[in-house]
Amino acid sequence: MNATPDNSLQNSCNCDDAYTLGPLQVGPPCCDPQPVIQVENLSLQYGGKTALEKVTLDIYRGCITALIGPSGCGKTSFLSAINRLIDLIPTCQISGHIRVDGEDIYDPGTNVQALRRKIGMVFQKPTPFPLSIRRNITLPLREHGITQRHKVEAIIEQVLRDVGLWDEVCDRLDTAALSLSGGQQQRLCIARALALNPEILLMDEPCSALDPIASGVVEDLISRLSGRYTIVIVTHNLAQARRIANYAAFFWIKERAGQLVEFGHCRHIFESPTHELTAAYVNGSRG
Amino acid sequence: MLIDTLTRWLLRAGAIVSALVMLLILAFLLIESWPVLDQITPTRFFTDTSWHPMEGAYNLMPMLSGTLLASVGALLLAIPLGIASALFIVFYAPIYFALPYKRLIELLAGIPSVVFGFWGLTTLVPLINQLHPPGASLLAAILVLTLMILPTITLTAYAALNAVPKEYLHGAAALGLSRWGMIYGVVFPAARSGIVAGIILAAGRAIGETMAVLMVAGNVVQHPEGLFDPIRTLAANIALEMAYAMGDHRAVLFVSGLLLMLLVMLLSAMAGKMENNQYA
Amino acid sequence: MLEVITMDKWQSYRDRFIQLLIYCLVLLVSAVFVWILFDLIKGGWSHLSWEFLTQSPFDAGRSGGIGPILISTLLILLVALITALPLAWTTAALLAEYVPVTSQFGKTIRFSLQVLAGVPSIVFGLFGNAFFSIYLGLGFSILSGGLTLACMLLPILVSTAEAGLRAVPQSYRLSAAALGMSRTATLIQLLLPAAAPTLAAGLLLGIGRAVAETAALLFTSGYVDRMPDSLLDSGRALALHIFDLAMNVPGGDTPAYASALVLVVLLLCINILAMKLAYGLQRRRIMSL
Repeated sequence: MNATPDNSLQNSCNCDDAYTLGPLQVGPPCCDPQPVIQVENLSLQYGGKTALEKVTLDIYRGCITALIGPSGCGKTSFLSAINRLIDLIPTCQISGHIRVDGEDIYDPGTNVQALRRKIGMVFQKPTPFPLSIRRNITLPLREHGITQRHKVEAIIEQVLRDVGLWDEVCDRLDTAALSLSGGQQQRLCIARALALNPEILLMDEPCSALDPIASGVVEDLISRLSGRYTIVIVTHNLAQARRIANYAAFFWIKERAGQLVEFGHCRHIFESPTHELTAAYVNGSRG
Repeated sequence: MLIDTLTRWLLRAGAIVSALVMLLILAFLLIESWPVLDQITPTRFFTDTSWHPMEGAYNLMPMLSGTLLASVGALLLAIPLGIASALFIVFYAPIYFALPYKRLIELLAGIPSVVFGFWGLTTLVPLINQLHPPGASLLAAILVLTLMILPTITLTAYAALNAVPKEYLHGAAALGLSRWGMIYGVVFPAARSGIVAGIILAAGRAIGETMAVLMVAGNVVQHPEGLFDPIRTLAANIALEMAYAMGDHRAVLFVSGLLLMLLVMLLSAMAGKMENNQYA
Repeated sequence: MLEVITMDKWQSYRDRFIQLLIYCLVLLVSAVFVWILFDLIKGGWSHLSWEFLTQSPFDAGRSGGIGPILISTLLILLVALITALPLAWTTAALLAEYVPVTSQFGKTIRFSLQVLAGVPSIVFGLFGNAFFSIYLGLGFSILSGGLTLACMLLPILVSTAEAGLRAVPQSYRLSAAALGMSRTATLIQLLLPAAAPTLAAGLLLGIGRAVAETAALLFTSGYVDRMPDSLLDSGRALALHIFDLAMNVPGGDTPAYASALVLVVLLLCINILAMKLAYGLQRRRIMSL
């Protein structure tokens, strides 16, 4: 069922854009077909109700993987399983394995905070804290032990430049983050996640709560981030998925549980899907 | 994650101490009243000839009846006034009156009971005295208690009325209901449990109120025959006699404290039940 | 058709009558309360002066001022808050953030606080006398009075703080967790500041209750109207002073009026101040680094 990624992938990847983001400390090769997250037989239950059943999927380093499918098919649950955010939901039960860089993250010895530092997340609605713009970024930095003033200042400028917010807010870093517009707030949230220098970014419909123009800005930003970060993005906007993603995974609800139907290179999923459900969904006749 | 574990234990310790306060209070009330509860059959609190604790006569009934009469009287006055006030704020007031009136009621909620008692003593009691001596009476107690619980009833009823979904109101208005028809038919049923919970809360306050009643009720231990007779409530009795009570007398005062607490607990259990039914 | 019209007419009469009734009742309530406030101001205003606020009372309070009484009130309040606040806020944090609503442990604590909230203040007085004054040997002192009040304030402080924490959007917790912040840091840096207005409002309610309290202090902090030397000294609270002047001191009405006026104005100021503080806290948190 799971199509293996074809090797023409490297040609399709727009590597040049990815390196316009300023200096890179470590340069992971752009969209390397090497699995960084390996999901194996992942099942999720909320209070006895199955949300996700037996998902097996590899996420490749430096690529953008889009998760598509109708509402309620477990895409968001899948995403929050990767950084163990579902730990916050008491009724949630999980089985199967998720390996990040080869280590099972549901191992009892896992340092969850370090894991979440390595895996940033951006939510559907912009969720800046009710603090100043500056403190929204410094708060998590301090929490992870980065307190030297010059270093913190450098990081703030770097990440705000990366998300294209620096010119807009550099003279009012101490004003309330909630006074920014929706698109600016979302970019601040992305900057906040980038400040921790993550390897992986999880994005849960990051554009769906924004107006079309702000959405376009954020979308451009995401495609510029590819190559530098491994990005997993949930989106309902198929055109968007097609524009920015290297890989796509199609989820569908079968017997009231979300399942992975097909995974493969973006072009493959959108142009010549193996599964007829996928074909129906991407052509707009189902879902 | 050590810090998280530490925090969790710290918080748990705080919560356990908070919960223990209640047990501690119950335990000490029981310990202090034990000398009497151990020796005297509880029926004597109802059947003794009178309240003469020095001579070992412990009839609590006159004080219980005084407490209940004053509370019920105050509720009878405060419920219509309070609900009318809440209706005024939510539905009837012109926009520039609603907020000032609510502020006024909130201000009153903050006036201490001793000030109400003092005002009752210097203003109400002389007025009632002109009407029918001696002035310090059941009526004075009822009036002062009414003023004290009115803000409670108004503010809880206001919250309940305000929480009625606006869709109901639009729906009712669209059916051509008159304003009172809408309030009586749609708003009251939806807000009922909230209003009743507020009334029960107010009843608890009235039963437990000490100072204001102590200052205006005359404090004669008797079953009142009319509104103008002086009464003594359980709470006032404790405040009056605690200063010099010794031995069994002191223990009986703790028994009456226990009784007071049981009454209030009963009421709060009822209120809790009301709230649970609300979501059922 | 005729029937409908008479029905409408009847309804409109009824509506008007009810409206009139409600207006009358509201007018009555307002009038009585204005009457009370007017009486207080009329009775106490002429007696108010700087000397009244600072001097010691003489002749059982008939002359002199209320200086030591204000100090005692403040000390009792401080003892109560210093004891109750940490307990209440840790309890609230546990209930709101760490225990599921359905857990037996949480339910037990909530139930016990709910009962505590209903206990009449005179019963707190009895308990305080038996436990703090006699059992712990603190005697009639500011310390016993303050600790008794602390027990009394606990439920209201817990319930407001818990409500405040619960009102903080879940997204703050999720995004803080997604940024790898520990729960402790999330609580201290994010949730408590976000709930600050409600915490302050609860604090205000608590202070108001404590300052207004009489019955719980009758047999715990005592009657002595001297300037207290230490927390183990007896100290008379302002509300108790009013009670004493009104009931036990013939000719004490004028100073009692003045004290009542001071108490009411004090409560009003606490109200306004705490509201301002609530907003200010939130703003400062947002503005500062």
